[in-house]
This record gives sequence, C-alpha cells and structure tokens, in this order.
Amino acid sequence: MTDHDPRSAPAWSRLPGPLPVNHAWVDARLWREIAARCHAEDGRLGSLWGSDERPTGSGFVVHAILVSQEGWHWISLKAGDTNPRFPTLSDLFPEAARQERALFDLLGIGSGAPDTRPWLRHEVWGPADFPLRRDRADAPPAARGADPYPFVPVRGEGVHEIAVGPIHAGTIEPGHFRFSVMGDEILRLEARLGYTHKGVAKRFEAMPLATGARLAGRVCGDSTAAYAGAYAMAVEAVSGCAPPPRALWLRALLFERERVANHLGDLGALCQDGGLAFGLTQFGLLKERWLETHRRLFGHRYLMDVIVPGGVACDLDATALGLLESEGTAVLETTRRLEDIVDDHAGLQERFLGAGRLDRAQARALGAVGLAARASGIACDLRALWPSPPYDALGTRVSTRTGGDVAARVGVRFDEIRESLRLIQAILAQLPPGPVCAPCDRAEGLLGLGAVEGWRGRILVAITRARTSGDHHVHIHDPSWQNWPLLERAAPGDLVPDFPLINKSFNLAYSGLDL
Amino acid sequence: MHKLIRQILKTGILPRLPSRRRDAVLETGAPGPSLTDEIGRALAVRHVDTGSCNGCELEIQALGNAVYNLAALGVHLVASPRHADVLLVTGPVARAMADPLRTAYEAVPNPKRVVALGDCACGCGVYTANYATVGAVSPVIPVDLAIPGCPPSPEVIREAFQALMRPRLRGSGIRGLMRRFMARDG
Repeated sequence: MTDHDPRSAPAWSRLPGPLPVNHAWVDARLWREIAARCHAEDGRLGSLWGSDERPTGSGFVVHAILVSQEGWHWISLKAGDTNPRFPTLSDLFPEAARQERALFDLLGIGSGAPDTRPWLRHEVWGPADFPLRRDRADAPPAARGADPYPFVPVRGEGVHEIAVGPIHAGTIEPGHFRFSVMGDEILRLEARLGYTHKGVAKRFEAMPLATGARLAGRVCGDSTAAYAGAYAMAVEAVSGCAPPPRALWLRALLFERERVANHLGDLGALCQDGGLAFGLTQFGLLKERWLETHRRLFGHRYLMDVIVPGGVACDLDATALGLLESEGTAVLETTRRLEDIVDDHAGLQERFLGAGRLDRAQARALGAVGLAARASGIACDLRALWPSPPYDALGTRVSTRTGGDVAARVGVRFDEIRESLRLIQAILAQLPPGPVCAPCDRAEGLLGLGAVEGWRGRILVAITRARTSGDHHVHIHDPSWQNWPLLERAAPGDLVPDFPLINKSFNLAYSGLDL
Repeated sequence: MHKLIRQILKTGILPRLPSRRRDAVLETGAPGPSLTDEIGRALAVRHVDTGSCNGCELEIQALGNAVYNLAALGVHLVASPRHADVLLVTGPVARAMADPLRTAYEAVPNPKRVVALGDCACGCGVYTANYATVGAVSPVIPVDLAIPGCPPSPEVIREAFQALMRPRLRGSGIRGLMRRFMARDG
C-alpha cells in the first residue's frame, strides 16, 4: 500500500486477511464524504482513533473504520504535524463523540465537535500533555489537581442527582454514574468512565507484536479469547500468515465457549437481581463447571494465552473432544430446564418485561452493536454477516428479539447459548486434522485489522505501521463504546432500584473500554 | 414451582470443598495476617477494583458459587468500606483510582487488612507504571497479604481468606504464615 494523492477519488486497496476491508488515504473532504455516504447507506462507524506517525513523515493520522452493506472501509486522514485537526464524524455517528474526546486526550488531535470535556484524562495528566505523542518524555505526570467534571444537569423542581462510583457497591469494575431523578424515577443517566485507563496503547508500543498477544488477552478478562483472537487476526494480516484450518476451528470453539460462559454467568446475576436466588445458584454452578473444563483442557479458566498469532497454543485429543461433546449435551439440557423455570416465574418476568426498553429506532440511531442491538431487533452479527472461517462453513443463526427490554436481552442470551452449543457440537464433529499453529513472526504489511464477534459484540483490533517495529500502534475497540450510550438511553423512565437489573442485562465493559 | 423444586433436588447438596492446592504461595508483611483473633468474628470484605481487567472480579464472584461457598467460611462481601475489615484490591492502580483507593482505605475501621489480589495488584502484572498507571497496590496503601495469579483461582483466594481467619498459633508475619501453609499443604 502506498500513500496516494487523496485529492481525487480514494484509491482503495484491499487489506490481507479474512475480512473484506478496503483501505484508503483521504483528505478532509473525502473523509466527510465517505462517512456521509456510509451513513446514508445505513452503515455504521466501527471505530475511530489516531496515531502519531510523525517519525515516518505522515504526521498525526486519524483513522476510521466504516461498516456498511458494501463491506468494510478503513479511511486514514493526515491531520497535520502541528495543531492537528480533523472534521468530526459525531454529527453523523453519535458513537464517535466519546471516541473523538478520547483521541484528543491521548494525542491532542481536535475534531471541532462541541463537547470538549475530557473523557480519559481525569486530570491525571495536564490538558496540554498528550501521552501517546511519541516525543513525550516518559515521565510520570505532575500531581493531579481537582477533577470537576460538568455533567449535563437536569433542572426543575424536585429534581436531584444521585452520584454513584467510581467504586460501585458490588464486585464490579469502577466507573461513575450520575442519575438525575425525580423521586425514584430516572430522568437522565450520564456515565463517566475512564477510571481504569492504564495506557494500554502505550504499553503495546513497547512490546513486539508476538508478545503483545499476552496483553491483548488481558485488557478485558471476560473476553480474553475474543480479544486475543482479534489481535491474532490483525497480526496475521500484517504478517501474511495463514493459520492452519484446525487452529481456526479451535478458535471458534473457544469463542463460543467464552460466549456460553458469560451468558450463563449473566443469566445467574439477572435472576439474582430479579429476586430469584435459585437462578444465581444454578447458573453459577453451570458456569463453574464450564470454567473447570477450560482449566482442564486449555490450562486456563478464562482461556488466557490460548490463542496466539499464527494459531492456538492447545490441541484436543479424542478423549477431550468426547468430554466437550457430552458436556455440551448436558449443559443444553439443564439450560433448557432453567429457561423453562425463568419463563414461568411470574415475579422474575414482572421485573424483566418492559425494564430498560430501547426500541429499534433508538438502537439504530446510536449505532448499537452485538447482543444489545439484537435484543432491539437489529440482526448484526459478524459471524453471519461477514463470516470468516470456520463460520462461513458453520452458518450461524442470528437471534433477534424486538422487545428491546431486559426480557429481550435475557431471551437473546438463552437463544445464543443454544446456538453456541449447536456450533460447538458442529465444530467438534467437523474439526479438521493437522497442525494448530503456523510461524507468524515477520510483519511485512503496514496495516492489519482483526474482528471477532465477542459475547458483547464486535471487537476490533487495528495495527498500523506494523513493519517498523517501535513505530507500530495497536488500537483496540470494544463494542461498549457503542453500547454505553444505549444504557444511558434505556434507563430513563425506569426506577432507580431497577437500574442494577437493566445494567446487568447489558453488562458492558469498563477496562476493555478505558484501556 | 414444581420444576424449580425438582431442579433443586436434582442438584442435591454439594460436598464441602477439600483443600487441593499445594502450590499456594502467599506473601505477607507484618503484622500477621490473621484478623479474627483481633476482631473475634467473621470477616467483612470490601472489594476495590483499581484497574483490573475484570478477570479477578470474575473469580471473586465465583467464590460465591455453590462450589466455593465463601459465605460458609464466614466471609462476606460488603457494599461499604465502613462495614469492612478487609480491603480486597484488584488490578494495577490506575492513576484515576489512586485517590478513590486511599479514600476507601481510610474509611475501613481499624484493625484492618489489605489483600492485594492477582498479579497486577501484587506487582503490576502485564502492565507497567506509566503516565496512566501508578503500579502495584503496595506503593499506594500498605498490603498485608498478596495473592499472585492471573487471575488467582478461587481455591487460592479461599485459602488466603482461611489464612486471614486462622488463629495465630506461633510466629506471625511472613515466616509464620509460610510455615503454616507448608505444614498444611505440603
């Protein structure tokens, strides 16, 4: 891929890898035009981020991935060397707003969007200190000052605010929720995240691509297989590496097992929050046994370090395959029985039905992805829309519900457990023989993209300037970027005591988003 | 309702979990970690995530399942640090979480213990100190018991709580604890 004069039509070049991604360098006018066209065609923003490519003469670069029926388009815009700027996309895609704020906090590239509040910075570093700039001294920031964050207020008689976090009451990740309430009714919810920002992108810069896999599997502990899988896909794309078929099938097995584990855990928690402790016990037990199988067969309860660039670091013999098959059958049977109980439980259904409703139009406008989108009637699922091997051979049935409420998200989770268990049995039956890993240690390309449909939704990993070690940049995108605003839209109108239930039905990432 | 009861009967009563771990390595500084001697009752634990990937949280949640049944040990997780005896900290300390961590620590009444859970809390793990991360927990607040692992298994965490609740027999601090662990597990 070469830099091209972007003043004319964009010069698309197809990137290697299983995803149909075309990349082009664009100028500011094309940046807007291509995004607007994508928006008009009902496409969505996949991710938006930046990188400091001044050492290689490209200045600051802003990247966007646009996903539409036409396929995937990755556009890169040179934003300049000094006072870098780019035209905002947040008027077209509201999900861009916080990504643009994070981009400014890290690199000082301005979008001109009206909301200029910091997103990741938290007064931990100064307003003119941009930590991802490559010429920034690696010194710790000066002592932090006060951190006033102007939440959008709701005015009127009887309105007051409830501030929750960053430390939450339960065993969950830190973040801040600001509720504006009237009595018990939520009028407005605004989330403020970024508390767990650990400088992951900076950390990646200091790691060779091969060792980066360890980090990629540790930024979001409930999705380690999906993250490591997306990372491996991106590294393989820039390395011209084709993992052996058996490795790809084993990866799919791991993705589906990870999905089942999370859905089981969340269904238990949803029952608990809905007042049925029985559900927590039962689903907790199913999940625990599922995780113990991970430990026995893959060496890790959460599948960390099992997926590596080039393939997988595990293999299964006939005994293991048999064990997985019978476990799948047993879990399917128990889950069906539990689903029956949940469906019949009037108290639980009373809590689930209508709570945290988000209709299709709202979900669409906000750019919803993954499980939450499917529960609002949007059939987006990478496994079905852009299936990479082995999903192209497996054929995934996408579950959608139209209710958009907690009940719908519970329903989709049950459907997806069943579908994942079906896929797992199909994978076990058709697992191709052969090696499970190919050499993947020479980055030859410049750009690579990996994408995996994790249990929350679409996880993206983009690598830029891969060939020049030390100048490379790894960008990770969690579907929670799109879906946190959904929760903020779904909660108003409901009661404060229903919020934990609504929140759990989405169960969005903090660390995977804060990075 | 009959389906629910049938499922409960089908699940049965799970056996008590025997200690299987022989490789548990715990590090501790003075004073000795046993806290039940001092407070004479079960432990209340407040968990604080200062930047964890959510892996350690999943294992803390797993401790509550029917297999590990942490509550049966006399350990319960509480919502407020003011109700807690133990602060259970996970993750490297992100700079934005350093102040909330100190605030939570100060809110825990004395006597108290701090447990650093997982490789990140113990020594920063796969992360490094940088513009956004302070590092491990110990530079921010004093740590009494460190439980390594990525994430530590629920069995190891359970063992650590047992150590916090074991009557102080002889010796305290790291040596006493290590000796007791060796005697128990090896």
